[in-house]
Amino acid sequence: MVNFNRFTLDNGLRVLVHEDSTTPMAVLNILYDVGARDEDPEQTGFAHLFEHLMFGGSINIPNYDGPLQRVGGENNAFTSNDITNYYITLPSANIETAFWLESDRMLSLAFSKKSLEVQRNVVIEEFKQRYLNQPYGDVWLKLRPLVYKQHPYRWATIGKTIKHIEDARIEDVKAFFKKHYNPQNAIMVVGGDVKTEDVKALAEKWFGAIPAGEKYTRELPVEPEQHEERREITTGKVPLNDLYIAFQMQGRLDESFHTVDLMSDILSRGNSSRLYKTLVKDKQLFSEIHAYNTEALDKGMFVVQGKPVAGVSTEDAEAAIWEQLELLKNEEVFADELTKVKNKTESTMAFSEMSLLDKAMNLAFYELMGDADNLNHETLKYLAVTPAAIKEQANKLFRKDNSSTLVYLAGKTEEVTEAV
Amino acid sequence: MTQCPNDSMTALNRKQAPQFNGVENITLLRPEHKKLANGCNVYAFNSGGQDLVRIEWIFGNLRFNPTKPLLNVAVNTMLTDGTTTMNAAQIADTIDFYGAFLQVDYGYDNSQVTLYTLTKHLASTLPVIRDIMSNSVFPEKELETYVRNQQQKLQVSLQKNDFVARRVFNRALNGDTIYGLAATPEDFKSLKREDLQQHFKEMYQPANCTMIVAGKIDDEALALLTDTFETGWENQSVPADTTQPELVPSAERFFYTEKPEALQSAIRLGMPFINRTHPDFPGMQVLNTVLGGYFGSRLMANIREDKGYTYGIGSGMGTFKHGGSFFIASEVGADVCRSAVSEVEKEVNLLKAEVIPDEELSLVRNFMLGSLLGSLENVFSHADKFKNLHFAGLGYDYYDRYTTTVKSITAEELKALANKYWDFDNFYKVIVGKY
Repeated sequence: MVNFNRFTLDNGLRVLVHEDSTTPMAVLNILYDVGARDEDPEQTGFAHLFEHLMFGGSINIPNYDGPLQRVGGENNAFTSNDITNYYITLPSANIETAFWLESDRMLSLAFSKKSLEVQRNVVIEEFKQRYLNQPYGDVWLKLRPLVYKQHPYRWATIGKTIKHIEDARIEDVKAFFKKHYNPQNAIMVVGGDVKTEDVKALAEKWFGAIPAGEKYTRELPVEPEQHEERREITTGKVPLNDLYIAFQMQGRLDESFHTVDLMSDILSRGNSSRLYKTLVKDKQLFSEIHAYNTEALDKGMFVVQGKPVAGVSTEDAEAAIWEQLELLKNEEVFADELTKVKNKTESTMAFSEMSLLDKAMNLAFYELMGDADNLNHETLKYLAVTPAAIKEQANKLFRKDNSSTLVYLAGKTEEVTEAV
Repeated sequence: MTQCPNDSMTALNRKQAPQFNGVENITLLRPEHKKLANGCNVYAFNSGGQDLVRIEWIFGNLRFNPTKPLLNVAVNTMLTDGTTTMNAAQIADTIDFYGAFLQVDYGYDNSQVTLYTLTKHLASTLPVIRDIMSNSVFPEKELETYVRNQQQKLQVSLQKNDFVARRVFNRALNGDTIYGLAATPEDFKSLKREDLQQHFKEMYQPANCTMIVAGKIDDEALALLTDTFETGWENQSVPADTTQPELVPSAERFFYTEKPEALQSAIRLGMPFINRTHPDFPGMQVLNTVLGGYFGSRLMANIREDKGYTYGIGSGMGTFKHGGSFFIASEVGADVCRSAVSEVEKEVNLLKAEVIPDEELSLVRNFMLGSLLGSLENVFSHADKFKNLHFAGLGYDYYDRYTTTVKSITAEELKALANKYWDFDNFYKVIVGKY
């Protein structure tokens, strides 16, 4: 159970407070309701590049990190297709420093040209390090546009191409800030060794006078239902074949979500899961296999991904996956099997409450989804899932004409002689 | 956007940082200790609270055998693959059914089994671990699967520049020892079931086991735990040999693995180093933090935030039972690899030539103390701190010395440490990619 108090400032900033006196630390987490899905198709990767620029100095504070480190704090941030999330942890006695820093960059950035120039390079190196210079690193750059034809989920958060990052101009940065970075589009969670009354006073003091700004209204193209089988075969400089089958599924807020989520657990969570037991251990067709969903707020992806054992054809490997999916469509899962994944979910929720930062991030995300209190009812929703509901969802999702298959074939890798 | 919209805003001086407080008291929880009749040491941190517990069974690795280099890791990884009473699937079914998590982890000095479970399910999950400790059989078929899957994984890893750089570096510093291990696909092929069984018997015995318990563990639960691991779990006649061969660093110091098509080069620079047991270690931790140990470090400020050569660069110290290392690591644009190395050299030499300015040093002191405080998030983190001390043979006074050093070491002393330990020309230098 994660307790919290909640209030909203006049400018629209939503604030949640989670009091936890077992720690000497505090967390300040700010979620901005903007992600890669809000980007212009010709300027992809911008939300993430912008996240980097948020550390390049604000209107009154030239250096963001230094003053925080000076009071014993640490910070980081991440961008997803749906949100951008910033967080600070620091000794609770110094919580006001976090308010000072976060409110100033919500008020206005410094918009330094040097910062844009450098962060452009840093993000380009990140693009190379994570997507281009890694075996299979470009999978998501290929799989997303196969699954999505209209919705901006068709590009990854890093962007479609390095070119879009190179082209970013300071005017674009300013416009993006104005559109998305204001109190109305943010949710702040303060947690740890703090008192709600103190947080209220500090929030009023530092954030109260920030102009509300304009409310951004999201109008994204809806991804049409898929009714044709899609397939792409690509060859990369990798040593092994890799197979991805992706299915469109409803978004995170749909009532089917918990059923579909448990379905992926039945397939691939832990060594007792179906795909691992059958395809890795018994039939020895794959060296590794996973099933998961992207937990996207709009229409999501359910992905089955595996590397066939050398000598097994991708056709046979693919057929073996389908055989397991058909089984879910034709027969209800066993009661014990369902109890097992429910128990696992229940204990995972309990363990996640050991971490203050996890709690704060979860509160912010559930508040974005409608009500932070739903975090405390999440386990019940998983416990209510039935075998019949899983079978129904399997039939909805696992259709050939709802599938996008990416066959990633092993091509010639660079001959490397390790210097030893 | 820059005008102040109302009075309260005008009254607020946003250029002025709020008052702040230094970190004064850091209190570490200490465990209860109990030695079982069979020699197994149990350390328990009872936090009460939520009905959760983490239990670790930690075993010292056996002496490295260069002709059979993978035994320590293979035995550890295959512990969940079957016993005389349960096959791999049954082990997984039981653990998963109770919502528990069973993990095996191999490290340079120790290998371990970890169980995360709701305390109320201990009676159902502990017998599985007990069975694993006594009765693991390493079935032939599972061994084949393990070998094949590990070979495939290795093939993929060898395509990653940072992976290759790390192993070339470790081999250079530590030679053909457990710390320098750079496995080949052939090493996996040569694994024999009898060797695994023999290794298991010698290593996984109670006198070579340290059990660390953290979470809600009342007297009743502790009694269940000790009963389960005391009764009938006996030592072999031969004790585990956990000594290690001497580390002999390579005479060659420059290692270049060329990849003509690389977009980025992995860089790893450094040398064999003092470890946690050395009196200079806490001071070196301060110096290392300044150089490359946090986001605002000199390496990050120069090579990422000023030059934009990389997504990240850092330095660190590895501390092991029989050795230690100092390293600087990054992946940088292939076209700027030489410039990046020369900037690293500048930063190392600057710390030898000039004292760290007061403002920077005081920032680093506060950052390190805040970071220590923040690393004690829950009872698991207190247990982790204990492990750092226990396996280095140190007592809790280490953290007193650490905090005293962080608070009081002078800029002159840090400069002296840089000169005592760092010589860039003599660093081992590993490049994978283009140079």
